[in-house]
Amino acid sequence: MSLTAAETTELLPAREVQLDRAVRVGLIGGLTAMFIVTSGMLETFDLRMIVDPILSLGYVTLMAAPFAVGYVAGKAPPVLEGYAAPSVGARNVQAGAIAGALTGAIYALYALIIHVLDFSSVFIKLTEQTKKIVTLDMGAGGVLILALVMAVSGAVGGAVHLLERRWKRAVLYSAFWVVMFGLLEVLVSQIAFVRRISAVKELLYGTDAGLTLIGAVIIGGLVFAAYYYLDGRVRAATRRAMALEGQQRRRFILISLGVAIVFLAVLPQILGPFLSEVLDLAGVFLLMALGLNIVVGFAGLLDLGYVAFFAVGAYTTAILTSPVSPKWSPELSFWTAIPFIILAAAAAGVMVGTPVLRLRGDYLAIVTLGFGEIARILFLSDALKPYFGGAQGMLLIPDIDIGPFTIDDSISFFYPIYAFVILFAYLSYALQDSRVGRAWMAMREDESVAEAMGVNIVAAKLWAFVIGAIFAAIGGALFAHKIGSVFPESFAILVSITVLVLIIVGGMGSVPGVTVGALALVALPELLREFAEFKFLFYGTLLIFMMLNRPEGFIPSRRRARELHLDEVEQDAWLAQAAEQDPAPAE
Amino acid sequence: MSTTDATPVLELRSVSTHYGPIQVLRDVDVAIYPGEIVCLLGGNASGKTTTLKTILGYVKPSSGSVHLEGQRISGLPTTEVVERGISMVPENRRLFKRMTVRENLEIGAYLRSDRDAVEDDYERVFELFPRVKERLHQRAGTLSGGEQQMVAVGRALMARPSVLLMDEPSMGLAPVLVQQNFDIIQQINQAGTTVFVVEQNANMALSIADRGYVLQTGRIVLSDHSDALLSNPEMQRAYLGQID
Ligand SMILES: Nc1ncnc2c1ncn2[C@@H]1O[C@H](COP(=O)(O)OP(=O)(O)OP(=O)(O)O)[C@@H](O)[C@H]1O
Ligand SMILES: [Mg+2]
Repeated sequence: MSLTAAETTELLPAREVQLDRAVRVGLIGGLTAMFIVTSGMLETFDLRMIVDPILSLGYVTLMAAPFAVGYVAGKAPPVLEGYAAPSVGARNVQAGAIAGALTGAIYALYALIIHVLDFSSVFIKLTEQTKKIVTLDMGAGGVLILALVMAVSGAVGGAVHLLERRWKRAVLYSAFWVVMFGLLEVLVSQIAFVRRISAVKELLYGTDAGLTLIGAVIIGGLVFAAYYYLDGRVRAATRRAMALEGQQRRRFILISLGVAIVFLAVLPQILGPFLSEVLDLAGVFLLMALGLNIVVGFAGLLDLGYVAFFAVGAYTTAILTSPVSPKWSPELSFWTAIPFIILAAAAAGVMVGTPVLRLRGDYLAIVTLGFGEIARILFLSDALKPYFGGAQGMLLIPDIDIGPFTIDDSISFFYPIYAFVILFAYLSYALQDSRVGRAWMAMREDESVAEAMGVNIVAAKLWAFVIGAIFAAIGGALFAHKIGSVFPESFAILVSITVLVLIIVGGMGSVPGVTVGALALVALPELLREFAEFKFLFYGTLLIFMMLNRPEGFIPSRRRARELHLDEVEQDAWLAQAAEQDPAPAE
Repeated sequence: MSTTDATPVLELRSVSTHYGPIQVLRDVDVAIYPGEIVCLLGGNASGKTTTLKTILGYVKPSSGSVHLEGQRISGLPTTEVVERGISMVPENRRLFKRMTVRENLEIGAYLRSDRDAVEDDYERVFELFPRVKERLHQRAGTLSGGEQQMVAVGRALMARPSVLLMDEPSMGLAPVLVQQNFDIIQQINQAGTTVFVVEQNANMALSIADRGYVLQTGRIVLSDHSDALLSNPEMQRAYLGQID
C-alpha cells in the first residue's frame, strides 16, 4: 500500500485562485451584460429607482454581473486533504478585478457598437432610451466610466473573500436587503402600521418608490447589525430548542404554535387588502405545490398535467354552488360541496393514475402533460358547454360563510386558504412518516425491488395521485370562490409548470422548502408586476442556476440532499469494494 | 433432514414460464420441505432468476402452479406472496442505495404490523451482522459489497419469512466472504427458516445444502441429495470442474 499524502508531514502546495478561470467567468459576465442590455431589461429596470436618485434597478442589475463574476473568480478552490490552505490576499482581488474588467471591456465594446450602428430593427429593445442608459447619456466617455465601475465592481466581488465569514455574510446580506427594500416599496408602505405612521415611510422612501439615501443607510445598517450580531446565535438557539425534551419540549412546541397562530391571525389585518391578495394567491399555489410535492417529491411520479386537478376542484365547486350553473345548480355552500370536491378529485386521480401505472420517468411526464391539456380543452369545448359553460366559464360562485362571518375579500380569504395550507402541510408530514410514505420512498428508489419487498405498487401510485389530486382540487375550489368565477383559460399548462418550478426551487420533498418556494416565486412576481414580461426569464434562470449549484433546492429535505450528492460517496463505495476484492490483502 | 412424507413448504408443479413468446422455464418441478436448505444450480441464462421471480409472483407461470404450504400462490400479486411468508435476497443485492441501512431494513418489514416482533427481528439481524448495527445510518449505496450483502439478507429477514429465497449470494464476493456468507445461511436455517438458494458456485452451495436441483436451459436435469450430486460424474464434468 502506498503512503498517502496525509501520512507525510509535508503538504502539497496550495491550490490557488486561478487567473485563467477569472478570464472564463469574465467572458460569461460580458455576455450576461450584453444580454441585459439587449433584452430590454436595462431599460425597463431603469425606470425603477432603488436608491433615489443615484441608483436604478437597471444599473444594479448591470453591475450585479461583474460583481458576481468577480465573486466567483476570486473564490479559492476548496482545500483538499494533503494540500496547504491557499493564502488570502491580493490574488483574490486581482482575479475579481480581471473578471470584472473583462466584463466591462466586453460591455464597452458592445455599447460602442450599438451606439454607432443601429440594430433596432432586429433587436427591437435596443431603443434610443436604452442607448442613452448604456452610455450614461454621455457618449463614449460614459461607456468608459461604466466599464471602469464594472472592473471595480469585480474587484469588490473578489475582495469579499478577504473578509472573515461573519463580516462577509453581514456585508452581502445588507447589500441584498437594501436592493430588496428599494424594490419592494409597496410591501413596506402597504403595511397598515406603516401607513399610519407616515413619517416612517417618508424617512425611508421619500415621496416615491425607491429608498432615500438615508433610508438605504438605515436599512443597510440595520441588516448589517442584525446579521453581525445574530451570526451563529440563531443556529445555537435552534439547536438548543431541538435538544429540549419531555415536558419542556412539549411546552416549547405549544408556545411556538400559539405564537404562530396569533401571528397568522393578525397578519392579513396588518398587511392590508393588497398584500393579503398577494398572499392569498401564493396560498392557492402553495396548496397545489404541497399536493404536487406528494406526487413528484414523495412518490417520484413526474406529473406535468397537474393543473387538471386544480380545474376539477374549481369546476366541481362552481357547479355545486353557483346559482347559474348551466345544467344543474343545487346551490350548496362551499362546506357542503367539499365532500363532493374530494370525491371528484379522487375519481380524477384514479382516472389519470390508472392508465399511467406502467409508465415511468419521461413517458409518464409526456402522458400527464397530455391529460392536463385534455382537461382544459374539455372544459373549453362546445360539446360540454351545457355543463361547464365553455369559453364563457361559470359565474356567480358565492362567497364562503363561516358561521356568522362571510369570507368575501382578500383579507378574510386569507383564513380559509391558510387553514387548508396548515392542514395539508401537517398531512404531508404525517404521510411522509406513514407506511404509504415508506412505500413511496422505496418505490421512487427502485420500483421492482420495492415490489419484491411486498410494496403494493399499484396502490402506492394511485394513493399518490389521489391525495395529490385532492390537495389541488381544494386549492382550485378556494380559488374559484375567491374570484367568484371559473374560466378554462385559468388552467393553462403554465400553471403546472409554475407549480413544478416552485417545488424544484424550494426543495422537492421538503414541506418548508415548498412553502418558501411558493411564497418567493408567486408572491414576489405579484409585487413586481411591472416586470411581468421577465417573469419566466427569471424562473428559467433561477431553475438553471439551482440545477447547477443546488439541485436539492433552497430548503432541501434531508433525504433529497443525500440522494443528489450520492456520486461522491459512490466513489467511496467503489473504492471500498475494490479494496475488499484486492487479490493482495494487506497482511 | 428432509422428510418425504411431510407436505413441502414450497412446491413448483411443472411450472413453465414465458417472456413474451420465449419459453424460459419448462415443466420445472421443485419441492422444498420445512427446515431444508435446497439449492438450484445452473449456468448463465438457465432460468434460475426466473424461477425465483415466478415463485414471488413477479412473473406469472404460463402453465403449472406454485404452492406454499399446500396453498396455491401462483397468480397472486407479489404483495400477497410476500405477506404469506416468502422473501427474497435479490441478485446483486439491489439495496435501496440512497436510503439508509435502517430504512432498508424498515422496508423489509413493510408488510408487518406486529411492532414488538419487528423490534425483536432488528435485534436478531444485528446479532447475525454486528456490522449492520454499526452502519445503521449510513446510505446503503456507500457500503462495501460485503456489507451490502449483509443488509440485503437482513432486509429479507425483516419480513420474518418462512421461506427465504436467495439469488446468487456469493456473486462478486471474495472467497473469505463467500464462506462467511454460507455460514450465515446455515445459521439462519438452523433458526428455523427454510432456504432456497440459487447459485453458480455449485461446490459451495452443495456443501451447505441438503439437496440440490440442476437447471439447464429451463429444464430440471438432475436432482438429488447434495452428497450424491457432489459425487455424480456428470455433475463433476459440468459444474464441479475444479474437483478432478
Ligand atoms: N424480462 C425478460 N424479458 C425477456 N427475456 C428475459 C427476461 N428476463 C430474463 N429473460 C431471459 O430469460 C433467460 C433466463 O434468465 P434468468 O435471469 O432466469 O437466468 P439466470 O439463470 O438467472 O442467469 P444468471 O446466472 O446469468 O443470472 C435468459 O435468456 C434471459 O435473457
Ligand atoms: Mg440470475
